[in-house]
Amino acid sequence: MNNFQYARATDVADAIRLLADPGAKLIAGGTNLIDLMKENVERPTRLIDISRLPLRKVEETADGSLRIGALVPNSDLAYHPLIEQRYPLLASAILAGASAQLRNMASVGGNLMQRTRCAYFYDTATPCNKRHPGSGCSAMDGLNRNHAILGTSASCIATNPSDMSVALAALGALVHIAGPSGERAVAVTDFHRLPGDKPHVDTSLGTGEIITAIELPPRGFAQNYSYLKIRDRMSYAFALVSVAAALELEGNAISGARLALGGVAHKPWRSLEAEAALRGQAATPDHFSHAADVLLQGATTRSHNGFKVELARRAIVRTLTQATNATPQSQAHKKIA
Amino acid sequence: MGDVTHQISERIPIRLVVNGVSHTLDLVPWTTLLDALRDHLALSGTKKGCDHGQCGACTVLVDGRRVNSCLTLAVMKDGAEITTIEGLATDGALHPLQQAFIDHDAFQCGYCTPGQICSAAGLLVEGRARDADEIRELMSGNLCRCGAYPNIVAAIQQAMGQP
Repeated sequence: MNNFQYARATDVADAIRLLADPGAKLIAGGTNLIDLMKENVERPTRLIDISRLPLRKVEETADGSLRIGALVPNSDLAYHPLIEQRYPLLASAILAGASAQLRNMASVGGNLMQRTRCAYFYDTATPCNKRHPGSGCSAMDGLNRNHAILGTSASCIATNPSDMSVALAALGALVHIAGPSGERAVAVTDFHRLPGDKPHVDTSLGTGEIITAIELPPRGFAQNYSYLKIRDRMSYAFALVSVAAALELEGNAISGARLALGGVAHKPWRSLEAEAALRGQAATPDHFSHAADVLLQGATTRSHNGFKVELARRAIVRTLTQATNATPQSQAHKKIA
Repeated sequence: MGDVTHQISERIPIRLVVNGVSHTLDLVPWTTLLDALRDHLALSGTKKGCDHGQCGACTVLVDGRRVNSCLTLAVMKDGAEITTIEGLATDGALHPLQQAFIDHDAFQCGYCTPGQICSAAGLLVEGRARDADEIRELMSGNLCRCGAYPNIVAAIQQAMGQP
């Protein structure tokens, strides 16, 4: 880990002011940043400790939305009564990620900011356009079994590692941001970027900006939902493919659908087209399979990750079936219903 | 030392209450809590395994919550109460988890054990594990390369008062 200066922000405005230093980075839980600093992937000259800022509330707003402070720990959010009752898809996705210790440490805002676990991004001995723009992509013709199949570019096939963000994308969450020019809000699906020719830019967060909160809209899909995460070991591993599915049913007819995937793209991959293909249809495996086809149209694979297309197709059908049957995947009891 | 705000100096004075004893330390900011415990306070019960948050050997309780001390900067925990494996026994009596690990032979080499026991102590406080599957899932952040997992689960069940 490189040497750095340490500053403790007194409030959000102070953090924004301190971010004027181009070598500075915010730190909250630190679970990803400190790891990357130990690998010399991140080398900030100053850390701005925001962990004591008063951004830890979970509040209902007048219109029935829920506003979650950026510093709420992942575990506290997953176990919050309002999340368990109204947004169990989000609770499930959070509990599918990391370990109990890391969830205790990691903040909601930090979860949104975590960087890819592409092994070449971590390996400073290899080229990586995300770590060193213009140096090339080692994954493209390397060991790319874990890599993206949707929204890739010629520069980068890295995936976003977050489970929480997949559920947030499905639920239509907003990210509240404060910065030098005031406050703004952006849909979580527009917060993370596709790699394009700038894979070193993960998000739409501008210079000097800080995430202050996440907002969940009133519709929580608490009856028919499931988060299914497929990975190489049963716990404490990143997704090969994960699916967040949420349905509104009238009898067996789908009146509302949400579908987002993790582990397949540079951002949580919500598909409005697949959701439209589900709406108005009967909740049957045939229609789920068709929606999967729609979602996976345009998937591109490299030498080792071709299996992800069929894995994603089957996982989508399975997750939508779990949602329909109101038998959401348990993150502790591993049998997949 | 709540007034370190904006203080940009190489060493930062902090106070940690470790196992009930207050310590004042002057630390460079890149000192992890793990290194502060082992190298500055000579509490070597907390182990350095992977040093990247992947193995759980460094697990301690910070203000009662289990965390990976290898991914925690000590300066960020100024004023916190830390409990390590050395602080679990009271008046010479083993913590129920320590006794349960002995009763169930829940280790072989023992290197992961302090982290396993501190993690399990956090698990008991959280109160979210009700059966063996949930114990396994909520203990997945602690690896045991000797493979003592069945006995670790049995030990935790004993400490939870389960048959």
